[in-house]
Amino acid sequence: MSGQAETRAAPVQVSASGPVKEARRRSWWGKHGRTTTVWSLRVAALLAFLVLWQLAGNVVANPMFVSSPVAVWEQLWAWVTDGTLSTHTWITIQEVALGYVIGVLTGALAGFALASVRLIYDVFEPFMMALYSIPKVALAPLFIVWFGIGIDMKVILAAVSVFFLVFLNTAAGVRDVDRGLIDAVRLMGGSTRDIALKVVLPASMSGLMTGLKVSIPYALIGAVIGELVASNRGLGYLINDAAAQFNTAGVFAAVVVLTALAMVLNAVVGAIASRANRWKPLDA
Amino acid sequence: MTAVLEIEHLTKEFQRGDVATVALRDFSLTIEQGTFVTVLGRSGCGKSTMLNLLSGLSKPTNGRVLHRGSPHTGPTPGIGYLTQSDTLMPWRTVQRNVEMPMEIAGRPKPERQAAAAELIATVGLADFADSYPRELSGGMRRRASLARMLANGAETILMDEPFGALDAQLRSELQRELLRLWTATGHTIVFVTHDVEEALLLGDRVVVLGPLGAILLDQEIDLPRPRDPDETKIHPRFVELHATLVRALKEGARR
Ligand SMILES: Nc1ncnc2c1ncn2[C@@H]1O[C@H](COP(=O)(O)OP(=O)(O)OP(=O)(O)O)[C@@H](O)[C@H]1O
Ligand SMILES: [Mg+2]
Repeated sequence: MSGQAETRAAPVQVSASGPVKEARRRSWWGKHGRTTTVWSLRVAALLAFLVLWQLAGNVVANPMFVSSPVAVWEQLWAWVTDGTLSTHTWITIQEVALGYVIGVLTGALAGFALASVRLIYDVFEPFMMALYSIPKVALAPLFIVWFGIGIDMKVILAAVSVFFLVFLNTAAGVRDVDRGLIDAVRLMGGSTRDIALKVVLPASMSGLMTGLKVSIPYALIGAVIGELVASNRGLGYLINDAAAQFNTAGVFAAVVVLTALAMVLNAVVGAIASRANRWKPLDA
Repeated sequence: MTAVLEIEHLTKEFQRGDVATVALRDFSLTIEQGTFVTVLGRSGCGKSTMLNLLSGLSKPTNGRVLHRGSPHTGPTPGIGYLTQSDTLMPWRTVQRNVEMPMEIAGRPKPERQAAAAELIATVGLADFADSYPRELSGGMRRRASLARMLANGAETILMDEPFGALDAQLRSELQRELLRLWTATGHTIVFVTHDVEEALLLGDRVVVLGPLGAILLDQEIDLPRPRDPDETKIHPRFVELHATLVRALKEGARR
């Protein structure tokens, strides 16, 4: 139609008022100062913790219980050189990654689909909450019966834990969408599909991102519990095995590797989330 | 003249539990093709409710709304509606927000980018095309919404207090721009405002609403066009009409 055609014919420019955008070059310290401070303090805190830990070994009655950073490091190094660490870590990485991806995909899809239709959501919500409340650990024996003690069972345990968190957060995001935004698209003549893709999907992103973040530990828990319950491979097995031999340094070493794994996952998801949330105001 | 929008014996209630809020009762109004109708009324008298019904966003409890002779089934791109509250997509930049209606209409990308850039310049936001709505002031968001609504290219335009949040200078610039657009296109405009002067400067006809959408006054504005704000405000007829409208509004308050 003709609205914008006429506007183009003789645009009356509205006088500029309000803020102007200017280049402001910041010094190196202006750009990185805070980050540098934060990171230096972090490193200092970690070092202090390690020193205290090392000293604790001299104070407590039986140093075997607390182990020490040096012993843990030596154990890690021994595992690295004889290949134990890479085999077991690789197994756990596979379980965690597969479980996480499967849980996220199914959870996000289910959350988006179920929450988009009010009636369906109202019907299924209590069932979902009931299933969510089951401690997933309690399902481990059942999964062993169903899927054996191979990698499948750990992947599924991790996926189930992740699924509900992602599902619930995505569904909450979908249901929180501002009615006004949906009406705006209806006014533009948008179809249900336009509403789903251009409003509900982007609006539910922050809910999905929350789900992605909070479910990372649960992927690890699922996989490791599975390994603890029944396995002869993986970091969970390594922990079990070391503990059975009263090798506390070994337990701590495996936990350190798990922590590193969790941090890598956190960093990856954090990067995705900050891309998806670019429109959020910088400070608020 | 043909009627674009007709409201016939309409009642609108909002039910909540066992209590219904009646916003409009037995309300009738006809909007003729190509006219600029301003609607005045005190807060809460049902102006926004009326526009929601005219746009097709909400359904009447009783009675009906006709758009070009046939009952409304829902919003259509033929009617543009600038709602009272901002509904810019927070995850889109101003540029992409303004492109949105054209995106939905399926216009090719280069074309809609150019058209959006021009509309954004028209409302004075050229420097902020890449900003997100949250980075803008209230009045700037209002102008971005206005640009987006114009991008629809609708022939019937509903506006709910579009210039309320703007300073006097900007407001008169945008009023002039709106009048220019209206003269050039012959669109039909329904414009809700609190401001008696604005109602008189813009409209062909002013409708004063009272409680429950009672029509207190339906007055033709026979002021010469083009209306320069400064000259028109001292026109004797303007002063006379101003007094009439203010009296009608006061009467509404007493009822
Ligand atoms: N969704 C709703 N649910 C319940 N009541 C509503 C709803 N929308 C409007 N109302 C009621 O209808 C009446 C008219 O509201 P409306 O928004 O149309 O007023 P208005 O004339 O636009 O006022 P203002 O000038 O302040 O914007 C008000 O009393 C309001 O409480
Ligand atoms: Mg209103």
